[in-house]
Amino acid sequence: MIITNIENIPGMTIVAQYGLVTGSTVRAKNAIKDFGAGLKNIIGGELKSYTELLTEARKEAVERMKMQAKAMGANAVINVRLATSSITAGAAEVYAYGTAVKAEPRG
Amino acid sequence: MSEILLLLTVIVITYITGTVIEKNHYKSIIKREVALVKKPIINAGAKTWNSKKKIKKIELVSGEVVISGDYFKNFAATLKSFFGGRLTSFESVLDRGRREAVIRMRESAKGANFIINTKIESVMINNYYSNNSVPQCAIIAYGTAITYE
Repeated sequence: MIITNIENIPGMTIVAQYGLVTGSTVRAKNAIKDFGAGLKNIIGGELKSYTELLTEARKEAVERMKMQAKAMGANAVINVRLATSSITAGAAEVYAYGTAVKAEPRG
Repeated sequence: MSEILLLLTVIVITYITGTVIEKNHYKSIIKREVALVKKPIINAGAKTWNSKKKIKKIELVSGEVVISGDYFKNFAATLKSFFGGRLTSFESVLDRGRREAVIRMRESAKGANFIINTKIESVMINNYYSNNSVPQCAIIAYGTAITYE
């Protein structure tokens, strides 16, 4: 499955559109890592455990979007956007959305 | 009295740790940015992409980072915002975070020729309704990596 965040797929023609597909996830780390991040927050610098959390959340959101597109019979998702929001301290939401399309190689 | 002493100790310690961490981070950012010059080229504006060359791979690449200020920066910014003006202590935190996210995105697309339509998304993830909370900023940079044959 091809995922792009531009309006076309270079080298391919879009033959059918299936509409919007979305995927979202809210994740949290465990209490121990939250405590560690709280200490790191006072000292300063990168919060590695939360970075990890964000990476996992992004992967999962994109994966859910892909599953939805696959169920529709699409083979690509174009114009994908990733959005993040904060719900509560120590949790991350990542939301991915795009247009599911069917694309064929040109020529 | 002891409370003021404790506060002063925390401020001095976090001033030292924060400065050291920031200096090292900037050093590593500049080093990696120089190493990544022109491979892959990143482009922030393109909405479409057309090329006569054969394309091997198209994929979404991204880089994430959660960066935090320190207690001293928070204290300095609180004082500064009383008078107004630039909060330089927080500017450097956000600058470091964004550059780090873009570098991670580029590193994850090492073999690609271009990364087009790069977007940078950021959100504060701490509980900003409580007093004296040090800001934590989550940043995602993403774009479409294109590799030619």
